[in-house]
Amino acid sequence: MDIVKDSGAEERPKWDNKVQYLLTCIGFAVGIGNVWRFPYLCQIYGGGAFLIPYLIALVFEGLPLLYLELAIGQRLRKGSIGVWNSISPLLGGLGVASMVVSFLVSIFYNTILAWVLWYLFHSFQNPLPWSHCPLNDNRTGYNEECEKSTPSNYFWYRETLNITSDIETSGSVQWWMVVCLATAWGLVYICFIKGIQSMGKAVYVTATFPYLVLTIFLIRALTLPGASDGLLYLFTPDWEVLKNPQVWLDAATQIFFSLSVAFGGLIAFSSYNEEKNNCERDAVLVGIINSATSLYASISIFAILGFKATTSFNNCLQANIIALTNHFELPDQNITVENYGQWFEYLNQTSPGEVASLHLRHCDLNTFLDQSASGTGLAFIVFAEAVIAMPGSQVWAILFFVMLLSLGLSSMFGNIEGVLNPIHDLNLVPKWVPNQLVTGIVCLVSFLVALIFTLGSGNYWVEVFNGYVGSVPLLIIAFFEFVGVIYVRGMKTFSEDIVFMTGKEPSIFWKACWMVISPLMLMAVLIAYVIIQAQQHPNYFAWNPLYELFPQTEVKPYPDWVFAIILLLCVVPVLSIPLVFVYKLIQRRLRSSSARTELNPYCNDGFEVETREQKKRRA
Amino acid sequence: MLEKSLFLLCFSSALAKQLCAPDASDGYKVRLSIRTALGDQAYAWNEDELFLFRATLAFAMRNRISGQQFEVSNIIVCDETPRVSFWFVVTSPSNTSHLVDKEEVEEAIRKSRNRINSAFLLTDKTLEFLGIPPTLAAPVSPDTPPWLIVFGVVMGAVGAGIVVMLAFSVVQKKRKKDGKVVDEAVEEETRAKTTDNGAAGDGVYNMSFSDDERFTEM
Repeated sequence: MDIVKDSGAEERPKWDNKVQYLLTCIGFAVGIGNVWRFPYLCQIYGGGAFLIPYLIALVFEGLPLLYLELAIGQRLRKGSIGVWNSISPLLGGLGVASMVVSFLVSIFYNTILAWVLWYLFHSFQNPLPWSHCPLNDNRTGYNEECEKSTPSNYFWYRETLNITSDIETSGSVQWWMVVCLATAWGLVYICFIKGIQSMGKAVYVTATFPYLVLTIFLIRALTLPGASDGLLYLFTPDWEVLKNPQVWLDAATQIFFSLSVAFGGLIAFSSYNEEKNNCERDAVLVGIINSATSLYASISIFAILGFKATTSFNNCLQANIIALTNHFELPDQNITVENYGQWFEYLNQTSPGEVASLHLRHCDLNTFLDQSASGTGLAFIVFAEAVIAMPGSQVWAILFFVMLLSLGLSSMFGNIEGVLNPIHDLNLVPKWVPNQLVTGIVCLVSFLVALIFTLGSGNYWVEVFNGYVGSVPLLIIAFFEFVGVIYVRGMKTFSEDIVFMTGKEPSIFWKACWMVISPLMLMAVLIAYVIIQAQQHPNYFAWNPLYELFPQTEVKPYPDWVFAIILLLCVVPVLSIPLVFVYKLIQRRLRSSSARTELNPYCNDGFEVETREQKKRRA
Repeated sequence: MLEKSLFLLCFSSALAKQLCAPDASDGYKVRLSIRTALGDQAYAWNEDELFLFRATLAFAMRNRISGQQFEVSNIIVCDETPRVSFWFVVTSPSNTSHLVDKEEVEEAIRKSRNRINSAFLLTDKTLEFLGIPPTLAAPVSPDTPPWLIVFGVVMGAVGAGIVVMLAFSVVQKKRKKDGKVVDEAVEEETRAKTTDNGAAGDGVYNMSFSDDERFTEM
């Protein structure tokens, strides 16, 4: 491992090779959201038509921001705190904001991984536990809650989460969730135990395995009946949808959150690079691979969902067929799925009254295809049900949940790096404390804080964090990143940085995006987002068995104290930006000397140790 | 003589028909779904199969109520449909005009349900006795839930890995302290002092002078 020493005498870790770096960035960007958020958006926003706002947002907002972060990290060779301090001490708050956001996101994100682990542990049983209802207490029938909803709903809400009926009832700590959460944090710790040395090896697996599984699922799904229905339904474009501004907003936010920018993790990762690395190519590569993965995942997911819809449709028909056969005493198997239509018409003509009295369910394939779900609903309910219908369900369940685990772990690495790197940069711990201990303490503290998500109301809290921590603060941080690099550091200096690193000037496209287009787009997205959120009192969906329309989820408004917490979650991370700004401003005014430049005079990079490679190159 | 026997036959069959009727208070409706269960290997339902059914039910009654010799003639069937469904009642062997109680018939069928099913190669779902729900199988609950076993394996591996890697890094640090790397560190320090400040070749960008133009290349 080569060590680059600057006059600050700090060891900076380095990537073993370029592939590790790229895989880490791709793994960070490609997360569970690519699998369970993008297909849902594609489906509700008119399939193929959604790709247009999505690609526009990628090109004009995502890629410039990504390029900016990778370039500034690689040039200034510091994590998020150091980079902003180098550009201007007044902007130091940006790094702190990124760190706080990374911490908050990592605690709820790992809870999702704990749920994935729970399902993974249960996938080794035959039959799968979410395929049948448990018996009730006196063994005369099935559990009532399970009968009213479906076995997979019951397994998710009752046996996994043991969810309470609203966010105010906290319930008790579910010990099985604590156990899974401990496993999740243990996994994160062991991969991060040696910093990027161990993590760089782990990403070879965690970043590539999901693609393997998606391919396997795709091949399998295409052999199942109904896959083509699902794919057609997903990709049939509905061009009307482009007139709806909500679509553009969702496309922009999806690209933004999908690329995992503004967390500070990407800046840290690229700071471990060597200086003369073509970060333009890296940024474009990571951005395109992220979007391509979303698309590829949605093809696999929708092929499977098409199969599931067809299965549900056939089950619906079978129920009707049995009702008709029994009532009219026809020989069994005379009515089949194929000739159901003709039989139904004939019977309806001859004895409509009797047919009506049977209260047959109207079965329509489109209704089943319409049952969209995103987020945890897609993974743990809808997809789990689909897996039961496939032969060899255990294998598919295991593959699916290990894929989700890999996707989540590789994103967690970026989040944790966004927390650990500032801790090192800010010198919050004395030097004699080994890195493993710091990492261990961070994991332990995060685990303890995340115990709130193992309560009965834990899922509701995860939704709160998911909706509000990972949205507005990131938009604000990203906007200030643009301002900081392009306007405080200066476009000219930044262009020179890029020429130094890549050997050529950034093209007019990049410059136009950085200076005008992307910040404007971000501002527009931020304002639109805030307006839409502020228009209605936020609601949430509660699983309440006593609700009269059960098994539908009950829509409840957040109580006031939760609303206050939401506001805190949005504001506290970005509070550091103005706070540090004012603090440093006051410090500067108080200091009499005016010769202090804005740059850090203690880190004079003019005296860097020549590395062996540079010596070889010269020779 | 002939007339008498004919009369008795007609009388008994008429009586039988009266005892068995759809929605009889002591009767049950049976529904078979042979083609659903067996597909291509389905057998046709005919008089002989019906005879087997009556014999099986007689066996079930004998099984339940010891002492009474139920015969095939004690099981009376009526209202057959192409669905393959029919009603049946059970008469008492001692008094053919007296029907056995519904509860007793239910108990008998519950007790021998498995035997009745296997006689026809059917299951609880495909051979239905309307009004007698099948007893649900007791769930198999192993002593240790299987998920705990998997969790134990994973957590054990993770824990062992953590311990190994921590021990490894402690050992490495001790070896470093033993002095092998100290020499290299001294070497690097001397090199740091004697290096040029990168003006030759590709130089290092000195950030203190970022406002000025770059070094002229030599």
